[in-house]
Amino acid sequence: MLFLRFLEEEKLLDNQAKYAIEMRNVTKTFGSVVANHNVNLDLREGEILALLGENGSGKTTLMNMLSGIYFPDSGEIHVHGKEVSIRAPKDAFDLGIGMIHQHFKLVDVLTAAENIVLGLPGGVRINRKALSEKIREISSRYGFDIDPDKKVYNMSVSEKQTVEIIKVLYRGADILILDEPTAVLTPQETDKLFRILKAMKKDGKAIIIITHKMNEVLSVSDRVTILRKGEYIATVNTAEADKQSLTDMMVGHSVSLSIDRPVVEKKECRLSVRNLTCLSEDNVPAIRDVSFDAMGGEILGIAGIAGSGQKELCETLAGLYPAQPGSSIVFHRPEGGDEELVGHTAAELQKNGINISLAFVPEDRLGMGLVASLDMVDNLMLRTYRDHSGPFVDRKAAADVATRLVKELEIVIPGIHTPIRRLSGGNVQKVLLGREIEGNPHILVVAYPVRGLDINSSYTVYNLLNEQKKKGVSVIFIGEDLDVLMEISDHVMVLCGGEVSGIVDPRTTTKEEIGMMMVHVDNDRKENQA
Amino acid sequence: MSAQASKEIKEPLFRITKRGSITAGKAWAIRGLALLGALLTGALLILLLGHNPFEVYASMISGAFGKKIAIQETVKLTIPLLITGIGLAFAFKMKFWNIGGEGQILMGGVAASAVAIYGTSLPHVPKLLLMATAAIVVGGLYGMIPALFKAKWGTNETLFTLMMNYIAIQFIMFLQYQPAWQEERTSFPKIRMLDASAYLPKVFGVHIGWIISLILVFVAYIYIAKTKHGYEISVVGDSPNTARYAGINVSRVLIRTMFLSAALCGLVGFLQVSGSDGTLTENTANGVGFTAITVAWLAKMNPFAMVLVSLFIAVLERGSSSIQTSHGIPSSAASLLTGIILFFMLGCEFFINYRLVHRGKKGEN
Repeated sequence: MLFLRFLEEEKLLDNQAKYAIEMRNVTKTFGSVVANHNVNLDLREGEILALLGENGSGKTTLMNMLSGIYFPDSGEIHVHGKEVSIRAPKDAFDLGIGMIHQHFKLVDVLTAAENIVLGLPGGVRINRKALSEKIREISSRYGFDIDPDKKVYNMSVSEKQTVEIIKVLYRGADILILDEPTAVLTPQETDKLFRILKAMKKDGKAIIIITHKMNEVLSVSDRVTILRKGEYIATVNTAEADKQSLTDMMVGHSVSLSIDRPVVEKKECRLSVRNLTCLSEDNVPAIRDVSFDAMGGEILGIAGIAGSGQKELCETLAGLYPAQPGSSIVFHRPEGGDEELVGHTAAELQKNGINISLAFVPEDRLGMGLVASLDMVDNLMLRTYRDHSGPFVDRKAAADVATRLVKELEIVIPGIHTPIRRLSGGNVQKVLLGREIEGNPHILVVAYPVRGLDINSSYTVYNLLNEQKKKGVSVIFIGEDLDVLMEISDHVMVLCGGEVSGIVDPRTTTKEEIGMMMVHVDNDRKENQA
Repeated sequence: MSAQASKEIKEPLFRITKRGSITAGKAWAIRGLALLGALLTGALLILLLGHNPFEVYASMISGAFGKKIAIQETVKLTIPLLITGIGLAFAFKMKFWNIGGEGQILMGGVAASAVAIYGTSLPHVPKLLLMATAAIVVGGLYGMIPALFKAKWGTNETLFTLMMNYIAIQFIMFLQYQPAWQEERTSFPKIRMLDASAYLPKVFGVHIGWIISLILVFVAYIYIAKTKHGYEISVVGDSPNTARYAGINVSRVLIRTMFLSAALCGLVGFLQVSGSDGTLTENTANGVGFTAITVAWLAKMNPFAMVLVSLFIAVLERGSSSIQTSHGIPSSAASLLTGIILFFMLGCEFFINYRLVHRGKKGEN
C-alpha cells in the first residue's frame, strides 16, 4: 500500500517534471491596457511550441515575463515543476531560460566567441581554445554552421542569429524562446533554422517560437498556443490543425485569405529610374545601379532581405536621401511632361507640387510619417498646411477630412483630437495611408505597409492599394512577406545587397527562385533580361 | 543551482506602473497632498531652528501679499520669470534645451544699457522703444549662435547655451571697467545708474512690464497653438525626421524659434534694467534664466499656467526673504525651505504619471 502510494507520487512528480514551463492565469497590464489577461501556457520538455497571435495579441509581453523583462501583475509561473518568481533577466538565465530577441544584442567589433562569453563570470583571460572547442561541440551537435573567430560585423543576419542561439545554449539554457526568428531570413535560411530547432528538440530542449506566419507554425511546431487580444484562446496539436482553422482562432472569426490582383488595362509609365546609386552613412553604396520602370495601374513589389537597400531606395524616391551623380529618376506627368527628381530635396519638391504627386508611406510610421504626440487633425495637415496663405493654420478643413477618413477607413479612435500614439498600429497606418491617398498621388510608395497590423487591417490595406492601382496610380510596395508580395504584385523586383537581382513576373516564378535571387545576383540572368 | 536561486527571489516590494489616464480632480488632489507634505517637511526644519511653523508660514504669506508694496515687489519678481519661461518654452517645445536664458537676459540688458548710455540725448519714448528693440535683437542673436551651430554641425545645445551664460557675465564685468560705462569722475568698476528718461513708466506702482508680460502670454499661446510656425515647432520637436519628410526646413525652424526664445529673454534684460534695477550688473539676471526652466516645465509649456507658476515661485522667494528679517532665519535655511516646496511640487508630477503597486496587492486581481 505504502509502496503503491510511493509509486503514485513518483508518477506525479514525473508528470510535473515533464513540463518545462507552466504559466497559470498570468495577467499583465500597462496602464489601462491589458496586455495579457489570465493567460495559461504549458511547454513540455522536448517539444516545439508555436505561440501564435496577431501583433498586439500579447505574445511578446508573455515571453518577456519569462525572460525577466516584465514582472506579471498576477498569476504563477512554474519552471520544471517549481513555482518561481523571475524578476530580472539574470533570474531567467539561472533557471535555464534563454530568449533570442528580434533585434540582436551583439557587439559588432567582437568575434562570435567573444560575444558568446560576454558577461559570463570567469577570469580576466579567456581560454580561447577551450571556448572554441565548446562552441564547435555545440555547433556539431545541432548542425550550426559557425566560425567562432569571425567578427560580428562581417556576419550575415542569419549568422548573427546563430550566434545569439549558441550564446543562449552556451549558458546552459534548456528552454529557448525565439521571437519571430524568421522575419529577417530568406526561405532557405528559414529551413535551415527549422532543422536546427528540430535537432535541439530531439536533444530534449523545450522551445517556444513566436510567429504569425501560418506556414511556419505548421512545418515546425508540435503544438500551437493561440492568443488573441491578450486572452488565451486554445492550445492545439499541430497535426490536427490547418491554416484556416488556426487563422480563424487567431482572428476570432472566419476570414478569406486570398488577396486580389485586379487587372488594369490602361498602363502608362509613371516613373523611370535609371542607374540609381546612393551611399550609406559610411560612404559605401547602399543601393547600386538600380534601374526600373514603375507603371501606372500596376503594383510593383520589391522583395529582399531586410537591409538590402529598401529604405534608401524609397527615401531617395521621396527626395529624402541624396542620390549620387549619374543617377536619374524621371517622373512622367499624366498630362505630359517629364520631371527629373534627382537633385531636389523634399522641401523643394513640395514647393513644385511634385511631392503631392508622389506619396510615401515610410517604414517608420511614427518616427517619419506621423507626429506621435499630435492629434489626427494636426497629422493630416502635415502635407498641406502651407497651401493656404496667411500665418495661421487651417484646422477646420483638416478636421473635416479627419472625420471623413475615420468613417471611410473605419479608424478606431477615441476622437480626432486624440494623440496618434495612443492608437493601435493598424489605425496609425490607416491614418497615414489615408493622408497620403487624400493627396491624389500619381505614385504611391509604401514600405512594409502591413507590418504590425492584424489580419483585418492588413486586408484593408491591400484593398486600398488595389483601389489606388485601379485608379491608375503606380504603386511601389516594399514588403517582407514573400507570399503576400507574390499574390498582390504585377511585377516583383528583387534586391540583393543594394543591387537589383531581377524583375520577375510573380505568376510564373516560384518562391524558391525569388529566395535565390534575394541572396545572389546572377549577372547572366540580368543581362538576359536586359 | 537553479532551484536555489529561485527560492531566494522574492517579488519586489513596490512596482512602478504607468497610469493610463488620470482625472483632473485626482491630479489636483495629488498636488494638494504634495504641498501639504512640503509644508510638513518644512515645518520640521522650522521647528529644528526653534521657531513656530505657523508663524513662519504666516509671515511668508504676509511678506508676499501683506502690504501694497509687498504685492508690488512680488509682481516685480514674477514678470521676468514669466517672460523668460515663455521664451524657454518655445525652445523646449522643439526639444532644444536652451539653458542659456541667463546669458540671453544679460545680453539683452547690455544692449538696452548701451542705447541708454550712448544715446542720452534721445527723447523718452523713442529711447525706450530703441532700448527694447536692441535688447530683443541682441538677445535673440545671442541665442541664435548655438542654434546655428546645432543646425550646421550638430553641436550639443545644452553645453553650448550654458557656456554662453558665463561669457555674458564676464562681458558685463569687462564693461564695468570701461570708463564710458562708469559713473562720471569715478573709476569704481560698476556700471552707472541710467538717466530717469531710460526708466519704464509705472502702472499701479509696478513698471509696465507686467502688462507686456500678460500680452505676451496671449501672443505666445496663439503663436504656438494657431500659427504655421507653432505647428512646425511641434512637428520638429516631436520628430525631426517627420519634419524633413513633410518638406519642413528643420534648420530654419530651429534657428528661427531659437531667435524668438532668446529674444524674449533679451526683452527680460531690458525690463530688468529699465524697469526694475535702473542699471546693469552681473546680477541683473539673478538666476531667472534657470528658475524659468522650472516655470516652463511645471506649467507643462502652457503660457497661461506659467502665470500661476511664476507667481507661485515669486511668492516663495518674497516669503523666504521676509522670514529672514521677521524671524531671523538665515537665508540659507530660507532657500532650503523654498527648495523643499519646489522639490515636492516637481516630484508629485511623477505620481501623477505613475503609481506604485505594493506586492501585497497581487492576489486582488
